[in-house]
Amino acid sequence: MSVNVTVRKFDAVIVGAGGAGLRAAIQLSEAGLKTAVLTKVFPTRSHTVAAQGGVAASLGNSEEDHWHWHMYDTVKGSDWLGDQDAIEFMCRKANECVIELEHYGMPFDRTDNGRIYQRPFGGHMSNFGEKPVRRSCAAADRTGHAMLHAMYQRNIKVNTQFFIEWMALDLIRDAEGEVLGVIAMEMETGEIHAFHSKATILATGGSGRIYYSSTNAFINTGDGVGMAARAGIPLEDMEFWQFHPTGVAGAGVLITEGVRGEGGILRNAQGERFMERYAPNAKDLASRDVVSRAMVTEINEGRGCGPNKDYVLLDITHLPPETIMKRLPGIHEIAVQFAGVDALKDPIPVVPTCHYQMGGIPTNFKGQVVVPGRRTMNEEVPGLYAAGECACASVHGANRLGTNSLLDLLVFGKSAGETAVDELKKSPKPHKELPAGAFDKTLARLDRLNTQKNGTSVHETRLTMQRTMQKHAGVFRFNDLMKEGVQKILEVQKDVQQTEIKDKSKVFNTARIEALELDNLIEVAVATMVSAEARKESRGAHVRDDAPDTPEHPNGRDDTNWLKHSLWFKEGNRLEYKSVTLRPLTVDTIALKTRAY
Amino acid sequence: MEDPIAELRRVRTERLRWHSRRALLELDLVLQRFWQKQPEALAGEQAEVLERLLVMEDHDLWELLSGRQDAGDPVMQDMVVLLRQPAGSF
Repeated sequence: MSVNVTVRKFDAVIVGAGGAGLRAAIQLSEAGLKTAVLTKVFPTRSHTVAAQGGVAASLGNSEEDHWHWHMYDTVKGSDWLGDQDAIEFMCRKANECVIELEHYGMPFDRTDNGRIYQRPFGGHMSNFGEKPVRRSCAAADRTGHAMLHAMYQRNIKVNTQFFIEWMALDLIRDAEGEVLGVIAMEMETGEIHAFHSKATILATGGSGRIYYSSTNAFINTGDGVGMAARAGIPLEDMEFWQFHPTGVAGAGVLITEGVRGEGGILRNAQGERFMERYAPNAKDLASRDVVSRAMVTEINEGRGCGPNKDYVLLDITHLPPETIMKRLPGIHEIAVQFAGVDALKDPIPVVPTCHYQMGGIPTNFKGQVVVPGRRTMNEEVPGLYAAGECACASVHGANRLGTNSLLDLLVFGKSAGETAVDELKKSPKPHKELPAGAFDKTLARLDRLNTQKNGTSVHETRLTMQRTMQKHAGVFRFNDLMKEGVQKILEVQKDVQQTEIKDKSKVFNTARIEALELDNLIEVAVATMVSAEARKESRGAHVRDDAPDTPEHPNGRDDTNWLKHSLWFKEGNRLEYKSVTLRPLTVDTIALKTRAY
Repeated sequence: MEDPIAELRRVRTERLRWHSRRALLELDLVLQRFWQKQPEALAGEQAEVLERLLVMEDHDLWELLSGRQDAGDPVMQDMVVLLRQPAGSF
């Protein structure tokens, strides 16, 4: 296949225009650098829009607060797998980033005296875990949406160049390992372009579409993570995914925990209120992880519902209709739209649902991508940065606190941009020459897709991947199932390499885009399955049946053997491990202890 | 040679199909359901109405598609009603 690749030169190219990408772009453009942002969808349609809870910052507007307390909560939330230097950095920078955002025009909710209003959020406490504190700054229930608008407008002001409806395909990396930009496809024409840059920032968000049941929008296909993996960058801590207990089965739309608060009951195929066996006192109001584990156990033991016995039921039919319509107005509509049931008359099919990716592309707190090298386990990859959900700084460790995701993308988006500016100003130099054959692998991948005969269906292969991940690496994990899952996902990987598209047209070919997205998703899926199978302890969101709560290992956590980050390499499908940074930047280490709330 | 009008219609439909990728999963699902029932290129009027809906902000569009608000325009509301038709089950 003969393909012309147009080369465009920029100082910096950013992949993704959600919160992290937009924040990084502001930093670069304000410094006068020629900055391109590539995005599959219009920036204000990025998945950051879905974030409602707010952004954490210890402003202390409503009551006394301190970044050190926030740091403590985040380390504890991470189950001590978070790097304490990055966590200190994030919590100390929070106030500055929130106030900057306010100056960009973000319409935060206000107190009567005009300060940013703050509300409490799960896991955020004062005085090192003593009592809840009001730390979340929000703009009604549209915090992420308002944030994107404020930052997009700021970018327009500072002349960031947006390439909207462009899909980045691969990183360009030379023999010395330096990243020199990306290869991308313009969706409207199907043409391939190279963005030759001195700094490249990956900000492509989460990859939650690897699971059958996911709250993530369809765009969350791990494009930056897949690009990094193909470029030889390992993926860090990919076994850690946050789940919600009740998403509508097969759809993923969340059913708020308030439904159980109002008296909703979980039932298995026999109609049994099974939570009575798992949590005799709290029953359906037990904590998220207890409920999720019980649901998975019911399904695994054959008491799931439906033709595949792969969900349980959330029953509110015993509640008075007026209570449902008054207190849970959205639930009736969600059940009708996404489960096809009238929740007043029939129970809603639900499953634990994937929500957030804690792992990702390994970075330091400056947003630089780091990999094991000759001297240390954290050597910077020249020219490459990552921020937001696709990156692993690592501040969330084994589990993330609510409202820390928006903070992560603000702080590390800014930090990645700032570091790139510093690096480019410190040693100004022309663009390094692109290596010979820089586009070959990408063009070969596109050519394979265009010429594949008797191949596999993208839709069917993606579905098999999603079902495999849901069953074998879901919210509650079993040794045998994970071992089997590794074999199964490697089989799916073979199918991904044989995908065939019927429509070969160039203009807005969504079939081709979906096939290319699947190339990225499968990297994430394999990394997740392999990393999960290998980690023989329970920690945070990674909970194994064979690593239970014992006096020797409270909550199943094994610090002696597993207080370390996983690094999965695509080449050879192998794992390495690196130590967790327990030393913060300026304060004392937050010492290991059992995580209990 | 391809019919240029048909090709324009196809491209317009494909663009709309891509613009149905949204920030909110709820919208993705509702719009996916529509496209699954709609394998052919959209007729001009239908494409125009869908374009008007898809330029809306996600939260505002969900207000319409979840039935909490009326589109305030009979032609758009007809499209909203069509999109809101549940499939039965997923």
